[in-house]
Amino acid sequence: MVGRIHLKNGRVIDPANGIDQILDVLIEDGKISAVVQPDTLPEQPDGIVYDLQGKWVVPGLIDMHVHLREPGQEYKETIATGTRAAAAGGFTAVACMPNTKPVNDNQTVTVFIIAKAAEAGFARVYPVGAISSGSTGEHLAEFGELRQAGAVGVTDDGLPVGNSQLMRRALEYAGDHDLLVISHAEELSLSQSGAMNDGPLATRLGLRGIPHVAEEIMVYRDLALAEFTGRPIHIAHVSTRESLALIRRAKKKGVAVTAETAPHYFTLTEKAVDGYNTLAKMNPPLRTEADVAAILEALRDGTLDAIATDHAPHGELDKDMEFDLAANGIIGLETAVPLTLRLVRENRLDARRMVELLSVNPARILGVVGGTLSVGVPADIAVIDPEKKFVFTAESILSKSRNSPFLGWEMQGKAVLTIMDGKITWRQEGDFSS
Amino acid sequence: MDPEYRFSHKHVLGLADLSSEDIQAVLQTAESFKEISARSIKKVPTLRGKTIINFFFEPSTRTRLSFEVAAKRMSADTFNISNSGSSTVKGETLIDTARNLAAMNPDCIILRHPRSGAARLLADHVDVSVINAGDGTHEHPSQGLLDLMTVRQAKGEIAGLKIAIIGDIAHSRVAHSNIIGFSKMGASVTVCGPATLIPPGIEALGAQVSRSVMEAVDGADVIMALRIQKERQQDPLFPSLREYAKFFGVSQKVVDAAKPEVIIMHPGPINRGVELDPKLADGRRSVILEQVTNGVAVRMALIYLIMGGD
Repeated sequence: MVGRIHLKNGRVIDPANGIDQILDVLIEDGKISAVVQPDTLPEQPDGIVYDLQGKWVVPGLIDMHVHLREPGQEYKETIATGTRAAAAGGFTAVACMPNTKPVNDNQTVTVFIIAKAAEAGFARVYPVGAISSGSTGEHLAEFGELRQAGAVGVTDDGLPVGNSQLMRRALEYAGDHDLLVISHAEELSLSQSGAMNDGPLATRLGLRGIPHVAEEIMVYRDLALAEFTGRPIHIAHVSTRESLALIRRAKKKGVAVTAETAPHYFTLTEKAVDGYNTLAKMNPPLRTEADVAAILEALRDGTLDAIATDHAPHGELDKDMEFDLAANGIIGLETAVPLTLRLVRENRLDARRMVELLSVNPARILGVVGGTLSVGVPADIAVIDPEKKFVFTAESILSKSRNSPFLGWEMQGKAVLTIMDGKITWRQEGDFSS
Repeated sequence: MDPEYRFSHKHVLGLADLSSEDIQAVLQTAESFKEISARSIKKVPTLRGKTIINFFFEPSTRTRLSFEVAAKRMSADTFNISNSGSSTVKGETLIDTARNLAAMNPDCIILRHPRSGAARLLADHVDVSVINAGDGTHEHPSQGLLDLMTVRQAKGEIAGLKIAIIGDIAHSRVAHSNIIGFSKMGASVTVCGPATLIPPGIEALGAQVSRSVMEAVDGADVIMALRIQKERQQDPLFPSLREYAKFFGVSQKVVDAAKPEVIIMHPGPINRGVELDPKLADGRRSVILEQVTNGVAVRMALIYLIMGGD
């Protein structure tokens, strides 16, 4: 339904326009048609009116790192279920990683993803293509066609590009096609088949550890290549203190680097895996308190540009097993807002910065629409109730998978209304009336 | 021991879960059972009608046999499943296989598995007592207990002893259980091996780390050599067995640096001439076969206590 929607009395937080105040937002024909002082718009004869007192009205959130599993692993997630979960999390757009089956290393898969996303209609989906054919790390994928088909970036996410020369060429060639290169930073010979962060806890549990240097060595290489080629690079799911120090230093030198972390890296430490909790198994692994502190600092000081969820759905079959055999990854679309809002409540971030990290910056980094509530832009909007309390349960999850270490957590703060292209994609039942 | 004490664990997954009082109880019970194995009729009716499944995913002749002998000496019925014969080969998950076994109502499942945490996974998913017979590089509690028993027999008391464990600490579940067990009982444990085989944070389990074998065994009451797994050479952990034997093998010279009455232990099987001089393995200081004998008694005690005996 694309009609007129009047959002009254919400706290409009729109960093792109320097706005943070109680305002009314009017949506007409899929676009934002007015952002004005309350009670200044004439009574609308038709359309929907929401009184959003106490709630935030922010540009639709953009998750630049999700796994939608379709094609190939539809039992874990489909583009429809994944984007529905995204909408329920306040996201109006997601960028999906190429490690589908088959790998999204060609225009056919890219076109398929975009068509499926349009059919579902819950969120804009930006496919990210593979850097190498089949993500095998050997030959460059056809970046030009990927871009023409609608890809916004390239990565072999899930795997690093081990060959430095290939990564160099990827950076150079991606520039020709205006594609963002996203680095999954992991030196495989160090991480081997590690199952958790390397250290005393891994020793106690008898699990093979992944040392933090496995990430940092690759972050350093990719920053060096970005500087050498003069091309931008985006570092995905940063998890360690030293990676952040390297990124901070590169930014200071003027290297075109952007970086993201995920809510679990600033919320949990490796302790969450104690007792062999496979729901907390991920790659890169959960790290230490010192790493969490460094991530919080980097979110504040701009070393980190974005919060992405690395939403990685897995079926029970993939997690209910021996720890070191269990799949890596957790779902994240429906917990990103409450986990980030926790930081706002604890005064570790302000609301404006939260919106920058979850919307403004991802839009800018990917070069896509969104990240602003300017008049005339497509109406991609999230309404967040920062006070709403709920318990995150398996039953409440809209993603097809349930693999979250946050099950049973009492959360505060939630997206209660999500609008994409002027169309309501999510409305929290019973939360407010029109 | 507190007269009110009762062994109250449903499972034995690791020595980390047992208190020093629990360990005392197991050792005392094992002492009293040891005599059964010395009789001409080596069988008591204690666990008649009970069913025990030995679920072994890894090849292990001695541990499996030791558990089986222990169970049979108490008249329990035992069944053995090994990896090659189990449905996991057909793609069934560990949990499903375990659930199927549990549906046959055994009283205890004894699990050996190459993955750390497998015993806990089983315990979390089936309503049957589980004894961990070694899981990955995590723990091997019955081996730890039999080592404690052997040392207590030889030395009278564990508290105050110095135990030196030499070898592949990183990949040894035996070392992990021993470090935890001996330190819980008041001994000091020093580990030594190539730096590549000493895992980070081993101190947190209760061990001190020594860089030289001579320093590690200085004043030691017990020297325990660990098996060097030859397949580990794939991962560049040490250059050759030859060099390992020269710098970390337990030789007469090493033994001479310890206390004169030092005992020599090894969890077996031994690579003779690699981690341990063959003469020492068979010499008068060696208690290696005593360990094996005590293994049966300790496993009898564990099975008995788990099944509610007191």
